[in-house]
Amino acid sequence: MNAAGPAIALAIPAIGALLISLAGRWPNLREAITLTTALALLFVVGSLAPLVLAGERPSVTLFSMLPGMSIALTVEPLGMLFGLIASGLWIVNSIYSIGYMRGNNEKHQTRFYACFAIALTCAIGIAFAGNLLTLFLFYEALTISTYPLVAHKGDAATIRSARVYLGILLTTSIVLLLPAIIFTYIITGTLDFTPDGILAGKLDGPMVGLLLGLFVFGIGKAAVMPVHRWLPAAMVAPTPVSALLHAVAVVKAGVFTITKVIVYIFGVDFLFSQPSSGWLVYVAAFTIIAASVVALRQTNLKRLLAYSTVAQLSYVVMATAVLKPLSEIGAAIHMVAHAFGKITLFFAAGAIYTASKKTEITQLHGIARRMPWTMAAFTVGALSMIGVPPTAGFVSKWYILAGSFQADNYVALFTIIASTVLNAAYFLPIIFWAWFAKEDVPPAKPHGEAPAAIVVALTITAVLTLAFFFFNQPALQLEAQLVGRQK
Amino acid sequence: MNALDLINYWIAMMLLVTGLYIVIARGNLVKKLVGLSIFQTSVYLIYISPSKIIGGTAPIIAPGVELYSNPLPHVLILTAIVVGVATIALGLALVVRIHEAYGTIEEDEIHAQDQDGE
Amino acid sequence: MIESNLPALQVVLPLVAAPLCVLLRRGSLAWLVTWSATWATAAISIAILLRVLDAGTISYTFGGWEPPWGIEYRVDIVNAFVLVLVSVIGAIIVPYARRSVGAEIRSEQHYLFWAAYLLCLTGLLGVAITGDAFNVFVFLEISSLATYILIACGQDRRALVASYQYLIMGTIGATFIVIGIGLLYLMTGTLNLADMAQRLSTMPLHRPQLAALAFLTVGISLKLALFPLHLWLPNAYAYAPSVSTAFLSATATKVAVYLLLRFSYSVFGQSHVIENISVEAVILALSVAAIFTASLVAIFQDDVKRMFAYSSVAQIGYITLGISLANQNGLTGGIVHMFNHAVAKGAIFMLLGCVALQIGQPLMAQMAGLAKRMPMTAAGLVVGGLSLIGVPGTVGFISKWYLVVAAIEKGWWWLAALVLISSMLAAIYVWRLIEVCYFREPSPELEAAGEAPLSMLIPAWVLVIGCIYFGLDATMTAGTAASAAQSLLEATR
Repeated sequence: MNAAGPAIALAIPAIGALLISLAGRWPNLREAITLTTALALLFVVGSLAPLVLAGERPSVTLFSMLPGMSIALTVEPLGMLFGLIASGLWIVNSIYSIGYMRGNNEKHQTRFYACFAIALTCAIGIAFAGNLLTLFLFYEALTISTYPLVAHKGDAATIRSARVYLGILLTTSIVLLLPAIIFTYIITGTLDFTPDGILAGKLDGPMVGLLLGLFVFGIGKAAVMPVHRWLPAAMVAPTPVSALLHAVAVVKAGVFTITKVIVYIFGVDFLFSQPSSGWLVYVAAFTIIAASVVALRQTNLKRLLAYSTVAQLSYVVMATAVLKPLSEIGAAIHMVAHAFGKITLFFAAGAIYTASKKTEITQLHGIARRMPWTMAAFTVGALSMIGVPPTAGFVSKWYILAGSFQADNYVALFTIIASTVLNAAYFLPIIFWAWFAKEDVPPAKPHGEAPAAIVVALTITAVLTLAFFFFNQPALQLEAQLVGRQK
Repeated sequence: MNALDLINYWIAMMLLVTGLYIVIARGNLVKKLVGLSIFQTSVYLIYISPSKIIGGTAPIIAPGVELYSNPLPHVLILTAIVVGVATIALGLALVVRIHEAYGTIEEDEIHAQDQDGE
Repeated sequence: MIESNLPALQVVLPLVAAPLCVLLRRGSLAWLVTWSATWATAAISIAILLRVLDAGTISYTFGGWEPPWGIEYRVDIVNAFVLVLVSVIGAIIVPYARRSVGAEIRSEQHYLFWAAYLLCLTGLLGVAITGDAFNVFVFLEISSLATYILIACGQDRRALVASYQYLIMGTIGATFIVIGIGLLYLMTGTLNLADMAQRLSTMPLHRPQLAALAFLTVGISLKLALFPLHLWLPNAYAYAPSVSTAFLSATATKVAVYLLLRFSYSVFGQSHVIENISVEAVILALSVAAIFTASLVAIFQDDVKRMFAYSSVAQIGYITLGISLANQNGLTGGIVHMFNHAVAKGAIFMLLGCVALQIGQPLMAQMAGLAKRMPMTAAGLVVGGLSLIGVPGTVGFISKWYLVVAAIEKGWWWLAALVLISSMLAAIYVWRLIEVCYFREPSPELEAAGEAPLSMLIPAWVLVIGCIYFGLDATMTAGTAASAAQSLLEATR
């Protein structure tokens, strides 16, 4: 299990994708394969967790790509956590997808499930990547495998949005990230992730800030402004895609990559000693505030959630950029917390669409009376975004705040407080009107809750959001290892 | 050394430029091939000229003969002439086929027909 | 006995098989002869490469005449690599070609087509293997004349005009090469390339040497379609039969690139000429111009074959760019891109041949909904396209990696940026095709069509899988290219 574990984890969804595309003619079989694959993946990834907690780093070299550079997998705490969220939520999301895709009679369902499994393969590849080259390989594969999912509907407007999605992600990664990787390779001669970084002593002065810039803006999936435009554009995708990929797998791959680069390529201590890296906190802070203000002005529910995601992603970037142990833990925990909360919110948005075909915020008056489960879950997710106890969002915000105090970083402190107010300002009215207002016009066709599969899925994630407030010790222990090495 | 010493090369260069000019300036496909042929011929002269040594004879070892011409360029140019003939033959064959297909061998008329076809 | 004569057999085998095809006069028998000859040739080339890797440069003398008087075949790692590339692609295409040629060429001409195919292969292999300058010209003309025939076989009448245009430009290019070789012969008194290089290195600078370099560079650039001498290529590739396009795009230009490498590094590498004239700067500028202009033009093409033909011009720009960088990584990138582009473009044009079999000339509008009717073909095109963009996991990434590393090592950040930005242009034209294939309802032409026969799909997919395999594990290709680059650089001062 030790060495082969990561390779098996990578192979399972890949094989799943193959089987799914072969089973295209039999929908029940196809969806059974999806669920089985997801369960098997969680089992394998989960079985790696105790090893990593015990301090082991299971690793395997798949093949050597260029002389001296290889495609290799290594499981470390940060990737373990990312792998766990991605594979765990895939199960829930698959249940939800079945309800959603059947409920809306979507076309091309085989392509949908197959691409989904490939995207998960890529996400696992990113999580377990042992060097920057491997990570880049799966990063690009993730972009391309999610393109068919974003363009799923296939009409002109969707394809335009998908073009924006692919254009921004591909351009940033090839034009900015790739030269950053190559430059790193030229000056250090390696691309392996190393606990104290590989750049210390190799680079100095303003070049550090410049290289950091190439990395941060090259990793377009982290949606730091101004390379965030692809995320709202991606909202044309079916909701399960928005939920798992554009609230969890893809965007988390972005911030995960930034965290990984800062911790394992630059090295936290090295970066802290370099004044030219200080700009990142300001850019992240600006993104948080600006995206929240934009979210305030949105009328479409999914676009509002997208901009909220942009802001929340920059929480992670900012927390990482504070460069203190507690804030690094906060960054890792926030990836989990936001994943649980945001997937719940998207599930709810999809449930509303499936049951009532409503997409705009103004149409949601009084909808909680027809869909109490959905709106209850929505409320839990929204509270988690704001950071109210007892939800997951509170835990991570606590650590980020503590880290900011440690670093005496008042910009970060102020930003968190201000954005909490803004989050409340755009979520609370929706919740209030949904529960306490009367319907403006009764719907033409009275409806109740969405199909059972959808309700089950969103209930699970809402419960997870609440549960993480109480049971977060394993995750904290895991991530303590991340900073433990750095004194 | 006066200019006349290099007369072979002057002629070769003039042929070369003349041939190229015809290829570029003429619209008639056969005339283009004629130009191409002149262009190639100039190269034969470039090769042959230096191999002729004044006073030299054919390279057959015979008593009393000290000076021989270099046979190698002649052999090379024999090959090149064969290649040239093959090229022109193929080119003319193509022109015949083009005439069958388009009914003309004027470049601008062919071009116009292709434009209309699209 | 056979083993020591492998370099001669490499060329003689297809040369003898060609007239055999003509004598047999039966299309299917000729195909069988071609099939056996090409696969045997491929096996020979691999055997030669292994021997070169094992024991170093092979020198083969014809008739026992010692060089520099006799004709010498000289195989070092650079041309062993090119031989394998040309003969393996040439062999993979033949099983594919049976159905495609059957559909696109009149049946009474089949045996002639195969004869021309074998002659073309002979010429290309001969150019790559020979160590004699005049031999280069002769083999180049053998392959060129055969190429004109292969192109003129196209169904569209524009193929005839394209072939004629190529004949004119190709002959001018070849004649320039002869002039260059002639001038070198005048100056050095030898035709043996190795001997020539040695004599040039001790010779003071004379103007004819400069003129020879200029004539050779321009002549070879015409053959390899370096911008702005590429005008013959788009039409020739667009209207030639699918098999010809696949074969020529993968091999013909690559052999011309090899010639450029051979003359600018091995022959002129140690001379005083190269110090006095910066061919590199010119080629660098033209390569960048080729990459951008041709990619931009490709974006606006409606004929898919023409689009990928322009893309070829751009991709050749990457190869010459690597050559003009003239350092270890740049040269490695250029050489490995010869292989990588051959695999990717070969796959793409073979798959377009599958489309052509079902619907005729593949225009953008007619390829709508291709993914629904011909899913394997469409998927292969996606992989090939990604490879042109240079997405990691495909062969294109390997080449780009080396080119960018070389540019950054030289401190030329602007060049690294240009190389990467140009990939996005490739992304635009590739994605235009992908959107049409995947997100449109099938065109009327495709409505009734099904997947292409397996005999065509399998060889095409061998190359598609090659695109991915050599993109993930490039130790073999990049390793060979790196030692080839090293041997070329060692020959220069």
